[in-house]
Amino acid sequence: MPTIDLETETGRKEALRRMLTIRQFDTTAGERFADGEIPGFVHLYIGEEAVGVGACSALEDDDYITSTHRGHGHCIAKGLDPKPMMAELYGKREGYCNGKGGSMHIADVDAGMLGANGIVGAGPPLGTGAALTIDRKGEDRVALSFLGDGAVAQGQVHSAANLAATWDLPVIFLVENNHYGEGTPVEEQHNVENLSATAGAYNVPGITVDGMDITAVNEAVTEARERARAGDGPTFIEAETYRFHGHFEGDEELYREDDEVERWEARDPIETFAQRLIDRGELTNEEYEALQSEVETTIEEALEYAQSAEEPAPEEAYDDMFAAEVPEITEFARRVRADGGDPDGGER
Amino acid sequence: MASAGLEAEATETMTVREAIRETLREEMARDEDVFLMGEDIATMGGVLDVTGDLHEQFGKDRVRDTPIGESGFMGAATGAAATGSRPVVEIMFSDFLGVAMEQVMNQMAKMRYMFGGKTEMPVTVRTTEGGGMGAASQHSGTVHSWIAHFPGLMAVAPGTPAAAKGLLKSAIRSDDPVFFFENKMIYEQSGEVPVDEDFTIPLGEAHVEREGSDVTVIATQRLVGESLSVADELEGDTDVEVIDLRSLYPLDTDTIVESLEKTGRLVVADESPLSYGTHAEVVARAVENAFYSLDAPIQRVGVPDTHMPFSPSLEREVLPDGAEVRDAIERIV
Ligand SMILES: Cc1ncc(C[n+]2csc(CCOP(=O)(O)OP(=O)(O)O)c2C)c(N)n1
Ligand SMILES: [Mg+2]
Repeated sequence: MPTIDLETETGRKEALRRMLTIRQFDTTAGERFADGEIPGFVHLYIGEEAVGVGACSALEDDDYITSTHRGHGHCIAKGLDPKPMMAELYGKREGYCNGKGGSMHIADVDAGMLGANGIVGAGPPLGTGAALTIDRKGEDRVALSFLGDGAVAQGQVHSAANLAATWDLPVIFLVENNHYGEGTPVEEQHNVENLSATAGAYNVPGITVDGMDITAVNEAVTEARERARAGDGPTFIEAETYRFHGHFEGDEELYREDDEVERWEARDPIETFAQRLIDRGELTNEEYEALQSEVETTIEEALEYAQSAEEPAPEEAYDDMFAAEVPEITEFARRVRADGGDPDGGER
Repeated sequence: MASAGLEAEATETMTVREAIRETLREEMARDEDVFLMGEDIATMGGVLDVTGDLHEQFGKDRVRDTPIGESGFMGAATGAAATGSRPVVEIMFSDFLGVAMEQVMNQMAKMRYMFGGKTEMPVTVRTTEGGGMGAASQHSGTVHSWIAHFPGLMAVAPGTPAAAKGLLKSAIRSDDPVFFFENKMIYEQSGEVPVDEDFTIPLGEAHVEREGSDVTVIATQRLVGESLSVADELEGDTDVEVIDLRSLYPLDTDTIVESLEKTGRLVVADESPLSYGTHAEVVARAVENAFYSLDAPIQRVGVPDTHMPFSPSLEREVLPDGAEVRDAIERIV
């Protein structure tokens, strides 16, 4: 059973809800970041929602994904809870990674989400590895690696793709071509018209779809998933999309013109899909508004949860380096914290 | 765990190469999740013949010949380890680790920490190090200091067949990433190895190979055997204690300190380049923890910050050996 069945009316509404949730989550994250509440940097997924939701809907709950630096949308699409997600952006203990990961490293391995990733191109080898586990254990599941158009230039992507194709591993490579890697347009980074052409080098199917259309993405991933499960190996899917915000929040966007942004905004993947449901009589304007305000509440609650969540205690910085007890960590922590970890006592 | 008291146990004579291969065989038989991947490790049996016939017993699904793409297969091993596999990767020569370092340093080493402890990383990386066979600069490096330096990775480097077995078992059974560094010049070195299939050596435990009271030689890999020979040569004159460091990270500070409290003199012999490395860390531990026991300047024996030259005469010049260990001892005793 796909996570969300776009063949059904309930499924379509659920998909719409997830896209709205991503939009609202990232809108809020962007605002809170601009206000200086969220540390570090955030890369927003706004505009690309149809790719994440279209893809993850086609997966089953126990399939794996690997994500990118622009990972919030993938998390929500995979079914992660906005509360611990937002708490993670805030660096709180209740976050998915107890505050150690932040926006670029959110993960929920039990839910099959093997991590956002701060290294461009690092996801595909990891997804290939998850597929290797699946293959070796004879499990009926697949892995999907999201990667950006920029990431397609990385050696490790090709190294992994070659391995996955040669070993017929059940992995899908989904290239989110949002037409820029930071400020450099895709044409200046690649010598091919379509990034799905990459597939040709590995003798696996490569297809380019409209990434602003959730159905197109969903169908492509559904088919790729069947291929993967059947033991026929990976598929490259290029989804053409666009990020409505800058590369990161605060980006001055010197590399693109307003009219280009407007042209893409006119193809808003959420509005397009909602309109389609309305036209078909599956959704009324009132229901759509109700859905939007439900989502707003969800994200408001997530925000409150994150804001009021606890900070990790400083000594938690020393946890989780290894599964085993390592004397160096204990000893060096003791020296740094001459107070023995007692917040009231001793000198540092 | 049966780590101490080698004397009491049933042993058999084996080379380092055999000890590694038989350990892999035992661990693969013991745990279905253990599998091997690397370049030419199946049909060819490994370029230095370590994996040998394992593919015949376990098949090419569990002894996997990979394409020549270290970044891809190191990443695949990392992803596999995060999802319930227990891969043992072979990097043909440690010099090739550079190609795979992104996955090692940013994924394998960091995932557990970044995810707040919510994943395990039970992966072992075996690789071969060292000069001595005329393999020149790109096939003779000793890189274990970088790995030991990098938080989140464990590193071991056995100097004897028994240590090879015990450490490799611990590495494979560990839920943390462990790098297992094999010096290519000691594959043929033989010694007594406990036959117990559960013979493990805890990661982070050095071993006193020979007791002595005048000077401590802390050695690794090939230099363990060479230092033992030097100790024999000096017997009657100088009473040399030889320690096989075995684990580079974690590092056994206690054994170092205990020995220095007895001898007051230290020589550190390791084939890595002398600056900023394994020697320096051992020295730092000694100075931090046994400063008042030291009676003489500490001596370092290693590669003098050059690459490995090809010409055998040049290679001999830069490779540390027993004679250098002996000179170092004589300078301070
Ligand atoms: C190995 C590496 N190189 C460079 C960067 C800096 N960087 C972060 S995101 C980014 C652009 C990535 O572009 P793309 O893959 O198209 O993803 P997008 O941001 O468009 O979603 C760059 C260069 C990085 N994080 N990792
Ligand atoms: Mg891009």
